[in-house]
Amino acid sequence: MKGGELTVASPEILDIAAVRAQFPALDQRVHGHPLVFLDSAASAQRPRAVLDAVEDFYVRDNANVHRGLYELSRRATERYEAARATLARFIGAADPAEVIWTRGTTESINLVAMTWAWSNLRPGDEIVLTLLEHHSNLVPWQLVAERTGAKLRYVDIDDEGRLRLDQLDALLSERTRLVAVGHVSNAIGTVNPVREIIERAHAVGAKVLIDGAQAAPHAKIDVQALGCDFYALSGHKMGGPMGIGVLWARRELLEAMPPYQGGGDMIDVVELERSTWAALPHKFEAGTPNVAGAIGLAAAAEWIESIGHDRVAAHEQALIRYGMERLGAVEGLRLFGPKDPAERTAVFSFALDGVHPHDVATILDAEGIAVRAGHHCTQPLMRRLGVPATTRASCWVYNTTEELDRLAEGLETARRIFG
Amino acid sequence: MEIDRSTPQLGSLYQELILDHYKRPRNRGELEGANAEAHLNNPTCGDQIRLQLLVEEGRIADAKFLGDGCSISQSSASMMTQLLKGKTVEEAQALAERFTRMMHGDADAARDKSLGDLRALAGVSRFPVRVKCALLGWNALTEALKSV
Repeated sequence: MKGGELTVASPEILDIAAVRAQFPALDQRVHGHPLVFLDSAASAQRPRAVLDAVEDFYVRDNANVHRGLYELSRRATERYEAARATLARFIGAADPAEVIWTRGTTESINLVAMTWAWSNLRPGDEIVLTLLEHHSNLVPWQLVAERTGAKLRYVDIDDEGRLRLDQLDALLSERTRLVAVGHVSNAIGTVNPVREIIERAHAVGAKVLIDGAQAAPHAKIDVQALGCDFYALSGHKMGGPMGIGVLWARRELLEAMPPYQGGGDMIDVVELERSTWAALPHKFEAGTPNVAGAIGLAAAAEWIESIGHDRVAAHEQALIRYGMERLGAVEGLRLFGPKDPAERTAVFSFALDGVHPHDVATILDAEGIAVRAGHHCTQPLMRRLGVPATTRASCWVYNTTEELDRLAEGLETARRIFG
Repeated sequence: MEIDRSTPQLGSLYQELILDHYKRPRNRGELEGANAEAHLNNPTCGDQIRLQLLVEEGRIADAKFLGDGCSISQSSASMMTQLLKGKTVEEAQALAERFTRMMHGDADAARDKSLGDLRALAGVSRFPVRVKCALLGWNALTEALKSV
């Protein structure tokens, strides 16, 4: 990945067999063929370390947190807060209290929409989004616009699916209150120059929210170096459990924001007519939290650190180069996204002449190859690309060039059937 | 390589007739003077169908469709419009019900000659995630007939 915020040191070669051996789900046959899992952008597989951490919590330490005065509750609380500290380190946060547990990126973004945006935006204010956004970084802002009278403005893309930064300056003004942009496009894999976007947005006094769902599995995140105001990510896209994610925000923003949901754990004193709020981060975490999820997500973060971000990135760069060449050789295949491997992730989103993406996916599935076909929760982007849907093959650290060969062969089969 | 006997074969899905209707859809276009229509889409995958009918004295005199989607959704709509012409509203409703049962694996419905060429789609029932594709046009028919 390009950009000052994503460092790639000189990496050693990844022992891919050893990596794969840590993912039990990869070791199976589907429809008689060894599974080729190419849908990690939707949800990645989990390493044994994550599965063990979740089970270990339920087997040894299972109890509610922040309440019990007994040993199991103490241990559960300790592990839950240690997981928060791990995630704070993983994303470069200054303080674990700035790390709010959520159900995932979608809830993280909705939390900012329903607290910060609802209480701060006024008619005439503007929110700048881009055509690359996932519905989860688009629909919440439509709801905000409807409620507050704020307007949405969009940055377009160029022919390679890169943001038109030249338009950003024209859109930014003193009316801009927020720029909400994905770190990496889920649909076509574009790595956005977020640091530059943040600088320009801050120059007009706007806050910046980064949807990091597709970046966290692939690159070292450093929220302080980026300088953003909000950063959202999901556990299940980086090898963690489903139903857990993170919202990071700068302390002064979180302090000023009203609570998100009311309930247990988020209060200080409750009276009949009013209450006061717990200190950060608990002010935003009403109810019994997903303790096992948080512990599992921390295990995923530690697992990625044990492999090393630089080696993950180098492996994925090799897959990008191989995949672009191999898929580029399939007749009638049109690959979307940037041509420069440094500007993209190992997400191959394409159209195949004469074969609809659903048919491609069904034919590949019959050969044990799992891909996603559809609009990838980016309907405005599909319209912009001029296609109803694409087929998307997305890789992570465990995928191999041999698997991309099988993908290319499966696409040849699709072409033969529809020939 | 070991064979998983439970795996449905692609050949049962992508039959010649289906591919033919996908590549050369029949009754595709705008129907002038249509007096019943429905526009359905499948939000999970983006497939869409606009079905238009001309119903005269309780009979479907003409049917046309416009749409975007996979081979299954488009061929199903194409064959359906062929079959509908000349059918009464009640007969069309019965066909929609029979086709839906065939998609849910009902072997008797799949043997029913009244479905004509559409029986080529019987294999779709072995691919559960594709059943909604085959039903899109028929759900549009049910919707359109409500306004008759």
